[in-house]
Parts: sequence; C-alpha cells; structure tokens
Amino acid sequence: MSAITMSHVSKCWGPMRAVDDVSLTADEGSLLVLLGPSGCGKSTTLRLIAGLEEADAGRITIGGADVTHLGPAQRKISMVFQSYALFPHLSVAENIVFGLRVRRVSRVERDERLKRVADIVGLSHLLERKPSQLSGGQRQRVALGRAIIAEARVCLMDEPLSNLDAKLRHEMRTEIRALQQRLGMTMVYVTHDQTEAMTMADRVVLMRDGRIEQNGTPEELYNRPATAFTARFVGTPPMNLVRQGDRLIGVRPEHIRIVSGADHVVRVKAVEHLGADSIVLCEFDGQSISVRLDGFSKAHPGEDITIAWEARHEHWFNPTSEARLENENAIKADRLASLGQ
Amino acid sequence: MNAWLLLLPAAVLLVAFTHYPILATIRRSLFITKRNGAEMFVGLDSYQAMAADPIFWKALINNFWFALGTIPTSIAFALVMAIWVNRNMRGRGFVRLAYFTPTVLPMIAVANIWLFFYTPDYGLLDQLRGVFGLGGWNWLGDPSTVMGCLIVMVIWKEAGFFMIFYLAALQQLSPDLDEAAAIEGASRWYTFRRITFPLLMPTTLFVAINAVINSFKLVDHLVIMTKGGPNNASTLLLYYIYEVAFAFQDSSYAATLTVVLLLLLSAVALVKFGYLDRRIHYQ
Repeated sequence: MSAITMSHVSKCWGPMRAVDDVSLTADEGSLLVLLGPSGCGKSTTLRLIAGLEEADAGRITIGGADVTHLGPAQRKISMVFQSYALFPHLSVAENIVFGLRVRRVSRVERDERLKRVADIVGLSHLLERKPSQLSGGQRQRVALGRAIIAEARVCLMDEPLSNLDAKLRHEMRTEIRALQQRLGMTMVYVTHDQTEAMTMADRVVLMRDGRIEQNGTPEELYNRPATAFTARFVGTPPMNLVRQGDRLIGVRPEHIRIVSGADHVVRVKAVEHLGADSIVLCEFDGQSISVRLDGFSKAHPGEDITIAWEARHEHWFNPTSEARLENENAIKADRLASLGQ
Repeated sequence: MNAWLLLLPAAVLLVAFTHYPILATIRRSLFITKRNGAEMFVGLDSYQAMAADPIFWKALINNFWFALGTIPTSIAFALVMAIWVNRNMRGRGFVRLAYFTPTVLPMIAVANIWLFFYTPDYGLLDQLRGVFGLGGWNWLGDPSTVMGCLIVMVIWKEAGFFMIFYLAALQQLSPDLDEAAAIEGASRWYTFRRITFPLLMPTTLFVAINAVINSFKLVDHLVIMTKGGPNNASTLLLYYIYEVAFAFQDSSYAATLTVVLLLLLSAVALVKFGYLDRRIHYQ
C-alpha cells in the first residue's frame, strides 16, 4: 500500500501559481518521473508530496491514507535532496543511521541494517569518513543509503544526479532504477533531464508553468506527444517542428532521410559526429531541422541537400494551441499495418 | 629575502605593538622605580607583594564571578535571539536592529543610561519598585547588588553583538539539513541538539573567546558607574591595573598585575587552539 495520488492540488506563492490543479497517480512499486524545464513546478510538486510544503488546495494520499495536512515525518517517506543534505559533522555511518536513532531503533538492529545498506550502496569501507572527505558520487551514495535504510515504501528524489559528471550520472541512473525495482519502492523522481526520464521511468509527467503538459509512459511521450511543447522537450535532438500552412508539422530527426531529387531542399549548417550516428543540422525556409543519420555522415556545411520523410511519421499540431491534431496518414498507415498482420 | 620584505609591514606592527610591549611589561614587573627615577632590580618581590594584596585577590575573584555571570548567559541569549530572528517573519529587520542597538551605542552613553536605571529612589528600577509599594534601594551602592547590576548591563550590551555572529552562521546553514532531519522524523529540539548546535560550534567558540576577553577588559563602565566600589565590590582586574598605574602612579606593580592578566588570556588561547579546535567541525 504505497501508491501516491494527488488530486487537483494547487500551491501559490503570492500571485504565482507554482503548482496549478495537478492530479496524478504513482502506482505502487513504480517509478514516476516529474519532468520539465526549471521553474515548471516539478520540485514544488515533490515537496508537496513530501510535506515540506502544504497544499493550498486539493488532496494528497499515500497508500490510501489522506496525508494532505500531515507533517513530513508522519508520511513515512524517504527523500534524497539535490544537495544531498548530508550532515557535514557526522560520519557516513552516523549520517545513514540518523533516522534510526531518531526513532530509537536498538543499537544491534541499527548496526545490522547499516551493514546491509552499506553493502547495497557500496560504502562499507568508508563508514568512518566525513562527507567532506568523499567524492561527489560517494556523497550521492550516502544520501541514497540514508533514504533506503528507513525501509520506507515511498522514496522521493529531487534531481539527485544533477551534481555528478556524465559518466557517473549514467552509472547511478541504472543503479537507482535497479534498486527501486529490487526493493519494490514507489519512487517519485524529479529531473529536468529528459534522458533520465526516458530511461528510468515507468511513467513520465511532463510539467510546464505549474500544469501537467502530458502524463504517459516514456513511449507515449516520444511517439505520441500530446503537444508541440512535449515534442520539443523529449528526444535528443528534439522533434523538428515546421510550420506548413495552417498546421505545425513535427518529424523526428531519425525519420528524415537524405534522398537525391526529393522535394525539400535544405542547406547544411553543421554536422555533429556522435560515432554510431551523426546529426546534420540544416536550414529550411529560415527554420532549422536536424537529421539523424547512421554512421559517419559525409555532408558538408554550406552544401545544399534534399530531404524527405514518410507521411506516416508526421505529427500534426495546431499552431496556436499547440495541441495534437490527428494525422489521417498515420492512422491509415497504422490500420494498413494491422490489416497486414 | 623578498619573503622577509613582504612580511615586514606585519612584522613591524606586531613587534612594535604586541611583542615588545609584552616583553617590556614582564621586564618592568621585575624592577621598581625609586623617587629619583632610578630603576632597581627586585626580582619577584612585586609578585610576592601581589600575592599578599587583598585587593588583587578581591579583583580576581570578582572577575571570576563576573565572567561566570556574563559569558554563558549572553551567549545563550545571543543564540536564542538569532534563531528567533532567523525565521521569515514580519518586522524581522526591525527586531534585528533593535537587538543590535546596544552594541552601536557609545559605552559612556550606555553607562549613563544604566546609571539612571539604578539610581536610588527616582531611578527606573526604584520607580518600578515604588509601584509595588517597595522602598528605594541603592543598587550600585550596595556590595550585595552591585555586581549583579553590572552583569545584567553587560549581558544586555553583549548579547546583541554576539547575535550578529550567530545570525551570520545560521544563514550559512543549508535549509536542506533541517528538511532532511524533519523527513527522518527528528523534532525541532533534536535537530537543534544534533545538527544546528554542533554546526554552530565554530561560532560559539569564537563568541566565547570574545566574551572571555571582554569580561577581563571592562573598564569604562566601572569608571562612570561605580569606580570599583563600594568597598571594591565591583573592582575588576583591568580596572585595578588602571587604578594602580594612573591613580597610584605605581607602574611596576601595574606591570606585575598586567603579567597576570596576560597569563590568564594566554591560557584561554591555549585551550582554544590546543584542545577545542581539534574537537570542533569546521566546514
């Protein structure tokens, strides 16, 4: 019993609506990612779940119990902060067992659980150190250890990897996901990094200006973005959006091909070689378009090339409301595909 | 050579105003000056005279009680006030200013204000006593109350000053730490005891050293308010040195007393650097 639900929750700072009528559900044992650009209200949403902020309106439940007006301690959650929030004067061991000491867990049990957790997060040899004597990645592990030793069913994470370098971030991403699944925790994870969201989440909630822009699986967000904003936010490089007539047409970079003699003539501006593939940045009617090609692209900046894509890969959006429009070509293609099976 | 030149300005100042005066004072305490101005070596005679001087002992014991009365209380008040004004509340700036005002007032003015509070019969305190039908009391004229009166005044003056240091230190602490502790279920008192207070220890030590030094440095208020009286009940060590040196013109005995003061303060510094610094977490 550890599912989290928020229904019509709002939080204002003066005239600013930081969280505006947000409703979401994190299923028991799942990992829900709150994704969005900075200032979109994702951290505030997390702090509302943690009880570090009190909601102005709406209802929050954890495991079926209404926690809207409870303090953080009574919500039986654990949390990892972006800054890690380690106690600098306490050793690693004391940091990890802090919560157990608060709750007067016996010494024997404390030591036993510390040993187990230290093994899980790989800190057994560093227990006597102070946080200042640890590297960024090790500090992150201490914060993780402190969060899991409580054996809370719900774990909240506020941009836990943003202070790590790229390699370590990748490593910890996998590790946190594995840990979450192994311990069966319900996890709410805040990030502005869409790669983290796509790789870790069972469900992604994309936020913008305090509201939910789209709530779906990573696959849904990528393949059926509900708005042009989602289309622009998810994917590296993001979806190309081109204004054509009365609609905004979106095509993923990997769905565009360089074909000689095709309709769209574009000029190459730059080429990024990533090894397995290359990104060719082009200019089309004053709008920029990126094309993902396998292997090492031989296109040169300044060169004119022609590109094409299949109609079924087009995503259509209303240019003013940015809402998704149904693409008959795509629907037809899907139907044909299902008939063929 | 260049390194020595770079050290020169600091070295000159230190030698001229710290090291040389200390050595000169120690030397001075081993001599006495005769009427004709000639110096005569007397060894430790002045120290023997000091050991037999009841006023010296009285001043030392007074100073001990004065330190004990002012230091812990003013630090505790400073800490409580700093925590109080560190929160987001209406009129925070005004309250902070009010706490700090005693520090910026000139010491002579402070002494005169408190002199008025303590004046028998028509002073503030006695007027308050009058409301309850109690008779006048000569607060500063009675050996049993004079030290208490000075202690209260000094706490009033110092707590606001020390509060500024605590406030600065509190603002350095990340609010995440409090929140992390709250999520672990720690009460506010538990968080204060295990997190906030230990992290404030460098400030506490700094403030405590200052408080000790200040308690041995107090002269000006005594000159205005009590002149060490009545019957030396409010004489403190530095005031006694001042009296001996400038009222009794006995500079060699004043030097002897100064050496004692120096030893006391060095002992404090030794405890700080030798013992406390190693047990305190500095960030």
